[in-house]
Amino acid sequence: MDLKLKVWRQDNAGDVGRFEEYQARDISPDMSFLEMLDVVNEGLIGSGKEPIAFDSDCREGICGSCSMVINGTAHGGQKGTTACQLHMRHFSDGMTITIEPWRATAFPVHRDLVVDRTAFDRIQQKGGFISVRTGSVPDANAIPVSKDESDLAMDAAQCIGCGACVAACKNASAMLFVAAKISHLSLVPQGQPERERRALAMVKQMDDEGFGNCTVTGSCEAVCPKEISLDFIARMNREYGRALIKKGTV
Amino acid sequence: MELRNSIDGGRGLYDTFAQSMDFITGIFKTSLGRKYLMAITGAGLFGFVVMHMLGNLLVFAGPAAINEYAAKLQALGPLLWVARIGLLGMVGLHIWSALKLTSENREARTVEYEAAAEPVDAHRRDDIVAKFAARTMIFSGLIIAAFAFYHLAHYTWKVPQINGASADFESFYVAEDFVTPLEGGVEGKDHADIFKMIVTGFKVPAVSVFYVVAVGLLCVHLSHGLSAMFQSLGFKNKNLAPWMDRFAMGASALIFIGYISIPVSVLAGFIIIK
Amino acid sequence: MNLDAKIPSGPMAQKWGKHQFDLKLVNPANKRKYEVIVVGSGLAGASAAATLAELGYNVKCFCFQDSPRRAHSIAAQGGINAAKNYQNDGDSVHRLFYDTVKGGDYRSREANVHRLAQVSVNIIDQCAAQGVPFAREYGGLLANRSFGGAQVSRTFYARGQTGQQLLLGAYSSLSRQIGLGKVQMFPRTEMLDVVLVDGHAKGIVVRDMVSGEISRHSAHAVVLATGGYGNAFFLSTNAMGSNVTASFRAYKRGAAFANPCYTQIHPTCIPVSGEHQSKLTLMSESLRNDGRVWVPKSQAVAEKIRKGELKASDVAEGDRDYYLERKYPSFGNLVPRDVASRNAKEACDEGRGVVGSGLGVYLDFEDAIGRLGESAVRERYGNLFDMYEKITGSNAYKNPMTIFPAVHYTMGGLWVDYNLMSNVPGLYVVGEANFSDHGANRLGASALMQGLADGYFVLPYTIGQYLAEVGPDDRPSVEGSEFAGAEEKVRGQIDQMLSIKGKRTPTSFHRELGQIMWDKCGMARNKAGLEEAIKKIPELRAEFWDNLNVPGENGSLNQSLEHAGRVADFLEFGELMCRDALQREESCGGHFREEHQTPEGEAKRDDENFSFVGAWEYKGENQTPELHKENLVYEEVKMTQRSYK
Repeated sequence: MDLKLKVWRQDNAGDVGRFEEYQARDISPDMSFLEMLDVVNEGLIGSGKEPIAFDSDCREGICGSCSMVINGTAHGGQKGTTACQLHMRHFSDGMTITIEPWRATAFPVHRDLVVDRTAFDRIQQKGGFISVRTGSVPDANAIPVSKDESDLAMDAAQCIGCGACVAACKNASAMLFVAAKISHLSLVPQGQPERERRALAMVKQMDDEGFGNCTVTGSCEAVCPKEISLDFIARMNREYGRALIKKGTV
Repeated sequence: MELRNSIDGGRGLYDTFAQSMDFITGIFKTSLGRKYLMAITGAGLFGFVVMHMLGNLLVFAGPAAINEYAAKLQALGPLLWVARIGLLGMVGLHIWSALKLTSENREARTVEYEAAAEPVDAHRRDDIVAKFAARTMIFSGLIIAAFAFYHLAHYTWKVPQINGASADFESFYVAEDFVTPLEGGVEGKDHADIFKMIVTGFKVPAVSVFYVVAVGLLCVHLSHGLSAMFQSLGFKNKNLAPWMDRFAMGASALIFIGYISIPVSVLAGFIIIK
Repeated sequence: MNLDAKIPSGPMAQKWGKHQFDLKLVNPANKRKYEVIVVGSGLAGASAAATLAELGYNVKCFCFQDSPRRAHSIAAQGGINAAKNYQNDGDSVHRLFYDTVKGGDYRSREANVHRLAQVSVNIIDQCAAQGVPFAREYGGLLANRSFGGAQVSRTFYARGQTGQQLLLGAYSSLSRQIGLGKVQMFPRTEMLDVVLVDGHAKGIVVRDMVSGEISRHSAHAVVLATGGYGNAFFLSTNAMGSNVTASFRAYKRGAAFANPCYTQIHPTCIPVSGEHQSKLTLMSESLRNDGRVWVPKSQAVAEKIRKGELKASDVAEGDRDYYLERKYPSFGNLVPRDVASRNAKEACDEGRGVVGSGLGVYLDFEDAIGRLGESAVRERYGNLFDMYEKITGSNAYKNPMTIFPAVHYTMGGLWVDYNLMSNVPGLYVVGEANFSDHGANRLGASALMQGLADGYFVLPYTIGQYLAEVGPDDRPSVEGSEFAGAEEKVRGQIDQMLSIKGKRTPTSFHRELGQIMWDKCGMARNKAGLEEAIKKIPELRAEFWDNLNVPGENGSLNQSLEHAGRVADFLEFGELMCRDALQREESCGGHFREEHQTPEGEAKRDDENFSFVGAWEYKGENQTPELHKENLVYEEVKMTQRSYK
């Protein structure tokens, strides 16, 4: 099939950027979306132009590198699917596809569709961990964890940190991401000693990074490739309130 | 001890933060804190909206009932002022946090997407795109605030220039039986004729239309706000969410019907001054 | 070249303990005077960087991804082995050790493997303490499964995302140290050379992939945790960015490259769908626990399936050849990866493949669904079935999956001694980037174990010996001539690639190289083919340097330039792989030489002549590298012919 692409091009963070249009010809329905872009890029290089820069690495939906808004929808809108796992059989011949980078002040554009997501790393660095020194730990079976809690923790822990939640939220809020992290670590017994400090510190950093606020629209949950539930945001709200009451008066 | 610190200064990591953080700054200065403020003040205002509606509905029981109710409220004296100040405080905080959150949200995304959301699974569009009520909270909220101001001027401060009826509500008083009109009543001494004010006020179609529109917006606001309130306070989960959403929709609808029944009844002639 | 493995003396089970005691310690107050560079932030790199920082060293950690959390360890699905014996089914350190040596087809170093089995138990403790949400039983204790041919249940897992959860655990420890200022993290930064000062690795030269800035970093020691080289085949299950550059440039600086021909082909990947294919997707091996592998008995039926005239369900039970169950009755569908892969290739070579390209076999869950019910199958493999459907558009509950082998893991890597130090003093290599523990074939769920063993529990001890020896003052200035020379070389290569302005893209060269490698140095190799590849690759390389087209400039984010640099290294490295495969006149593990097989078509080892680690020394541009041998001595395990009959 043949498609028309309307792609955001921006040379660097300082550039104002613009949309450019390209033709994607002879696209096979078995291609992934990124393979379609590979084909377009090979053509661009051949005609002496610079290829469209975009992040991708594992191309199997787990590393969280790929990050593009396809037709106004983060990752393109297939349920539980990253852009790299989205296949062209979902598009139809002759369609125009608009491709834009994640848009958020906290995610400045490096180039074209590549954005800087180190804000997520900085949030993690403030408290997204359990402080254990290598070696100074009890036997793994010394602390039983109920299967239900453990499964729920896993539901949260499988967040791939792609930032689609931020991209989709009308307020560019990172709360689904932060909630997933706080929830995972507050659900396991090993995470209890730092529970309050973690919630306070991570929320503070989230605010400092310039992400917006949750207005409970559910967009984040709908585009999340790992289908992380909005429930975790409620859980984070509880955790934070609990932390404020327990620790806030220190 | 110093040696240990050089090996692992880990414990210092959160401490500087924790010290600078107390409960009040935690509430006022962080995103989640302000969401609590939003939710708690919203809950308070919702309570007021419900009580106010129940009071107003006494109009259907005739002038004596509603005028007596109003007189009892007046008789609360200082308590009434406590309530009023509390209400005003909640409104203030609600609006302040709303403006603050909204301006932060604007700053968090300064470049909007070019394309409208068209997911490959078209039916998922409704899940992905924020609902109308959610997208327009700040607008519905500010219009409601403007209306509330007008509404106060209309019925509480009784500014004659804005009621659209060639009447001065300041002259509507009743005798001790709460029914007989009283000429030359005195504010604070005689009982106000709330019934007559309502009927006279809503007889003006423009006033009634504005009222209905404002109440409509209030209900749109509540349909999202009530459900978001549960989320912000951390009560929501997948099991309870459908019930909370139904509660939000149901309460909004009841409030809409309750409030608009009054101007509609007045205009339709069901409620008349005998 | 000195290939002294420095294996400690004493009985096997006591070597590591004794060695730990013998290792020099760095005074705790002095640790902060040391700087260590860690390149790579996967399981091995992140765990090493975090642990070194916890010990008090100053660490600089580099990764080419935008965040250390994205390294390709994240894609490991199945699980991680540990000799915990939580299932009381007779597992032990010795059994895990034995299985790993045997699984590696007796081409690994016994002492390293034994240590790996010993520390495996600590890894699970460590990860559980980090909050890794391993699968659990209702009693709250950890669940296990049997995996990849093991006859005990020693694999720990977190749904189908074990690698992700373990990496996020290591990343969380790393993040903590970054927050504390003990680790300085450099994401989107690619290492382009190792700097040797007086023969010791003392720093690296890197390129900032956003600004193009080239910078120098010095340290007391350098740790490479840069993963495997499977992308030499272009199509593999590796990430797009996985590359050999760091290892290969270290090789060019004098580090020996060991056993480059040992590549693991994973039997259960989704078949190639066309020319556009950019990478292959692995379906967890755990699928073979319940799925049955088959092809039609006759070529004619297979032909009809390929043309779409017949469906799998149209083939009667009697016309199906469940070839693994037929040939290996005791292991059946659970034979090791190399055996499963080779048999799939064989079936397809016989014209019995069942996908359009002819390169695919069925993995059928009909029996499992009948036996366990669809919901139980969904519970076990739901995410894999979903993934399969996303990619192929086919529902595996209704139609059998189609699978084909793909390059997955590389057992070869930079040569290291027992301390994980290469033959270049001060240059340590951990995780998949080294050659050490898997011999000629890696067992399922052992890669995660090795990466974390190296990073958490081995390197942090062994590096202390070297650091204590050189002392805190042995960190040269980046202004020295060695650093300047390395930077100049890096800049020279970048300028050269940008100035060719030819016609072909880096991808087209990579794809062509990959095809040569897959055809000649893939699942089955022979002398003629390898010799042909050794002739063809330099020609392709020459064309690369003559006809490459890299648009743009160095001073900005330039993905073509990044790719071109990696392809340049693969173009040299591919030849080295072929040379190694050519010299190894035997079949072992993942290395199958068609000339060396039993009458039944099984791999035939030659223990007398090839029981050694083949370590290659770089001899200069377009010079034939020199092979050095580290003889493998087996004290504990008796070498036998592997048999899974």
